Amino acid sequence: MAKHETPLLDELEKGPWPSFVTDLKRQAETKPECWDILGQLELSYKDRITHWKHGGIVGVFGYGGGIVGRYSDVPAQFPGVEHFHTVRIAQPSGLYYTTENLRALMDLWEKYGSGVTNMHGSTGDMIFLGTRTENLEPLFWDLTHDLGQDLGGSGSNLRTPACCLGESRCEWACYDSQEICNHLTQHYQDEIHRPAFPYKFKFKFSACPNDCVAAIARSDFSVIGTWKDNIRIDQAAVKEYMADNAEYPSNGGAHKGGDWGPFDIQKEVIDLCPTQCMWMEGDELKIDDAECTRCMHCINVMPRALRPGAEKGASILIGAKAPILDGAQFSTLVIPFIEVNKESDFEEVIDVIEKVWDWWMEVGKNRERVGETMQRVGLPTFLSVMEVEPLPQHVKEPRSNPYVFWKEEEVPGGWDRDVKEFRKRHAA
Amino acid sequence: MGYDPKNPMEGRITDLGPKYYGDMLPPVIKENKGKWLYHEILEPGVLVHVSETGAKVFTVRCGSPRLVTVSYVRDVCDVADKHCDGHVRWTTRNNIEFMVDAEEKVGPLKETLKGYGNSFPIGGTGASVSNIVHTQGWVHCHTPATDASGPVKAVMDDLFEYFTSMKLPAQVRIALACCLNMCGAVHASDIAILGIHRTPPMIDHERITGVCEIPLAIAACPLGAIKPAKAEVNGEEIKTVKVNNERCMFCGNCYTMCPAMPLADPEGDGIAILVGGKVSNAKSAPKFSKLVVPFLPNTTPRWPETVEVIRNILEAYAKGAKKYERVGEWAERIGWEKFFEETKIPFTDKSIDDYRLAYDTWRTTAQFKFTSHTAAYTK
Repeated sequence: MAKHETPLLDELEKGPWPSFVTDLKRQAETKPECWDILGQLELSYKDRITHWKHGGIVGVFGYGGGIVGRYSDVPAQFPGVEHFHTVRIAQPSGLYYTTENLRALMDLWEKYGSGVTNMHGSTGDMIFLGTRTENLEPLFWDLTHDLGQDLGGSGSNLRTPACCLGESRCEWACYDSQEICNHLTQHYQDEIHRPAFPYKFKFKFSACPNDCVAAIARSDFSVIGTWKDNIRIDQAAVKEYMADNAEYPSNGGAHKGGDWGPFDIQKEVIDLCPTQCMWMEGDELKIDDAECTRCMHCINVMPRALRPGAEKGASILIGAKAPILDGAQFSTLVIPFIEVNKESDFEEVIDVIEKVWDWWMEVGKNRERVGETMQRVGLPTFLSVMEVEPLPQHVKEPRSNPYVFWKEEEVPGGWDRDVKEFRKRHAA
Repeated sequence: MGYDPKNPMEGRITDLGPKYYGDMLPPVIKENKGKWLYHEILEPGVLVHVSETGAKVFTVRCGSPRLVTVSYVRDVCDVADKHCDGHVRWTTRNNIEFMVDAEEKVGPLKETLKGYGNSFPIGGTGASVSNIVHTQGWVHCHTPATDASGPVKAVMDDLFEYFTSMKLPAQVRIALACCLNMCGAVHASDIAILGIHRTPPMIDHERITGVCEIPLAIAACPLGAIKPAKAEVNGEEIKTVKVNNERCMFCGNCYTMCPAMPLADPEGDGIAILVGGKVSNAKSAPKFSKLVVPFLPNTTPRWPETVEVIRNILEAYAKGAKKYERVGEWAERIGWEKFFEETKIPFTDKSIDDYRLAYDTWRTTAQFKFTSHTAAYTK
């Protein structure tokens, strides 16, 4: 029996895509507060504004983040959502679960919360959506004691790192994105749970330039897999593609539903290479690897014939962020190639991270993302902070304006000059 | 023993981090990690990965509304227990993936999934429209200019045929953010739905001194539209702020910082559409999405104007783009003037950048195509 009428939301039960309304209604049979979620959402659909009050500061002792407080602005009408705090749960790298673990988490959430989740938040956390303040500590107790799991991050700190599925189920992985993601998450627990930064900071790990976790757009510190030797070519498999063998569909079969005609290696691979570094020699495919920028297109199109090189590692790019305040940024290339070694406990990458933090924690302004700090001080200054030699790879193009800073020590004679000396050779 | 509020630090465990992923991998994944040779998409939503050991793993990908209940997750667990030895994963676009280690196990798995009605549609692989990365909307957030779950459901219902097929020139990533904080992927998606305001904040002088750190509200404005001011409340002079409405572009960041500056408005708020972003490095470099439709109303519950515009863009792209071409690559190849003509989207001054580095986006060349937009010049 419906606790609230929801004529507008009922419309969202129609259509083929899974309906969150239908799911919430089913859950309301055992978790009546779900009716109040639906009731308040229906009111928002009617009023066309949100009915959540501004902000909300709640949490658990020992941590400065992990839980997003939220209160209804119509609690008398919808008491089930008077408090509706979100709990961020640290997710396993690559989002693989056992049902044993998932069921335990769901039982915990049914006991202490609304029974509504987000699988998953954009940063990666499992989201428990909606509980009261008094449930937070008991929930955290059971989460840590019974399940051996922890909260994720929120606030001006290291947020929950995330990765693509990497070597677990992809032939293009150039490093173990899951292992480094998990390792650094554990290594930096203090930075995740206790905000100590000017603003938020995110890590994301993609094991190749296809960037399946969108590291370049959605993390301050983006680690993107690559290689430094030659693309591995299986010429026999190239021939199978060219012969249109059905077992060798272009792009791994991604275009099977369209009518694109027979596979044409010249048109679909060679002519689309951004550096034009590929050609056919007889029936052999050739690549001038020195000219290759490792964009992944040829490998994406012929996964059975082409593989990333064997000398693998990653590029580190820094500074991505959404528009607020100074405009959206992608991460900027800082380290062209770095080895990502489990054997060294990822020490090489950790060194880079800590150089960024040591500097940014000092000079970053209040609520200034590292990408904005980089813009404010300029890339040359940032590179010197990072102890990285400037390289042509650091820019898309050289500057066109001539407003160049020189350091005094770079100029013979320095800046301390006497105008009287100057006048001896140049009268006023 | 459980949590004791009288001794809150007693027995407290902290800094555990996530569960170790390696303990939750399916056996075939664990055994072949780092050994995969190639993959193939067998049909929409079904992939096979082949290892150098000869082992294979078959993956069935299903759509999911992201906002799901414990009952829904338990259904997922039931399916995974029945067919996948209790293993399952989620993707970075919030789809669900069930994996089996033999081809003959795929059919029964698909049958079970179909038995759950609409809950687990199979698709989202290859040159398709996969799940829409989205945000909290009116379900949980305090700064949205639109809802998230509702518009996503409406758009995915309309584009469902593209989720369950692979007939587009390339994969099309759609994302939604309910305000321009852009939590998620709106700034770098093929098609992006963005909640926007069109009214400056109201100032609650009676509350502002008690609830805001005023310098933070002033510093929150990208355009310097906020300055300190004084006002009289109940006969007393208080410190507050003043907003220069001419300089305000309704970003809402001052409200994020200051609860006394709300700006939500049923008529003013709505949706902007951006297109042409991407994150992958394949062929072209990552691109930001560009604003092509400045405003569509929040027509609850199914946002028909938004749904129509998105289908229109998708169909014009599907018709005009070459194989492998992402929406942004197509638009740049034909020129944005042709994009507006092909999609029949009216061009307005709102698409012309006027923020800081705007000049870089203006046309400083004599190269352009004559289109319907220039008809007045070619009569």
